[in-house]
Amino acid sequence: MALLNSFFKQKALKTKKQNLDRGILIFENTSEVIRAERILKSQKWEIRVMGPPPEIQHGCDLVIEFSLIEELNILRTLQEAEISPLEAVPSTSPLLKPVDIFQVKDYGAHLMVRAANMKLTVEKATLTIVNVSGGGCPDVPYLAKELVGKTLNQAPAPREIGHTLCGYALQLAFEEMKHRCSQ
Amino acid sequence: MLAVVGTVPDQGFPLVAGKATLQGDRLYIQGNEVPVNRGTPALLAAAIKTAETLGRPEPFGYLIGDIGLGDGSRLLYEYLTRHIKENDFSTIAFHYVQPDVDWHNRVLLVVKEMTRRPVLIADAGFMYAAKMSGMASEYDLFTPDVGELAFLADEDAPHPFYTRGFILHEENRVPDMIARAYSHKNASRFLLVKGKDDYVADQGGIRATIKKPAEEALEAIGGTGDIVTGIAAALISAEWEIEKAAVFSARANRLAGHFSKPTPATQVIEIIDHIPRALAELLLGKK
Repeated sequence: MALLNSFFKQKALKTKKQNLDRGILIFENTSEVIRAERILKSQKWEIRVMGPPPEIQHGCDLVIEFSLIEELNILRTLQEAEISPLEAVPSTSPLLKPVDIFQVKDYGAHLMVRAANMKLTVEKATLTIVNVSGGGCPDVPYLAKELVGKTLNQAPAPREIGHTLCGYALQLAFEEMKHRCSQ
Repeated sequence: MLAVVGTVPDQGFPLVAGKATLQGDRLYIQGNEVPVNRGTPALLAAAIKTAETLGRPEPFGYLIGDIGLGDGSRLLYEYLTRHIKENDFSTIAFHYVQPDVDWHNRVLLVVKEMTRRPVLIADAGFMYAAKMSGMASEYDLFTPDVGELAFLADEDAPHPFYTRGFILHEENRVPDMIARAYSHKNASRFLLVKGKDDYVADQGGIRATIKKPAEEALEAIGGTGDIVTGIAAALISAEWEIEKAAVFSARANRLAGHFSKPTPATQVIEIIDHIPRALAELLLGKK
């Protein structure tokens, strides 16, 4: 019996590791799931419809599993189709929440805000974005190219042109910077 | 020879595999030109400058355009599984690619079949995939910043975006986070943690702390972490011991940064230009 338990524990651990880069989208009702599935599959997203994990206490009886890294892009696709999931969470740890702690460094003439692994720095006098650093997804160098040199008001929001969770983290830093600079 | 695997932020950039060279602020590879801003081009530029200083050959680059859609990264992963064994690399540095556990595992499997097992370095997206896959201990060196170290230390986080608050609050306790990353087998043989102070560590704890010269502005400058990884990769491919190369690269980055008189608005190419001088002074024992 102990051997059998050990086997199932190992199997569960292996499954958990295999799903670590997947997320799940939680919806209000099944018809939204079906609509979202149709739209996402028509745009060649690799997704699957499945039952929710036991930790999920809200939403309907179906969820959509997707590539977690591409959360920002997939949410934008659904938003364009006017579908709003209740939540997007990591499939292995559905109770995890996005970071909500910001580290701020004041350099005198410049201010830096960090959210998770992403840092955004502006020149205080002009509100010009002078640097973007951190991150590891391929949209980070792209976002930096599009943001650096523009003011906070001119620059596109990272959520509009980014695609990944790093882009999402930069969006949080961007919003926090705007909030701080408007005070 | 050193191989560097990564992406450039240009959707139209083709998949290329070849020797990379640097002229001014431009990287050249197989007839293609890339501006050196940050990311993998910055890592390659730093590695080229280091190789030149040491009289070593230019690094070999595997690059493709990807702006975060993941399409380029998947083509690159697939190409690596078919071709990376064709060369005898002493060191491979994996960098900005879309994290994908399945593709990561396939690439790692092929690398492990190479005749001579290269020293494996991972940073950025490839390091995220290595951690998520549970294969971190297969690597010789990870080069996270403090935010990424928190992600390595959080056994549940699938990405730094989901790092739990109680671990993020520990950011002033880097040694604790390093120990936690090792205890959950989410760290490589050596770690080079880049931050206000840089740390080189292994399973046994902190091996070195690098604090000088201190230039606070470096943290804000995109690409400084890529420089450190590039210098370390070039030194390791020149047969330096990993620990020594990690410490030296952290010092060289700080010194090159110091020579550039940085502000938070400095761009990384201004620091890269000072790498040869920084390396020369450190090698001569002047600093």
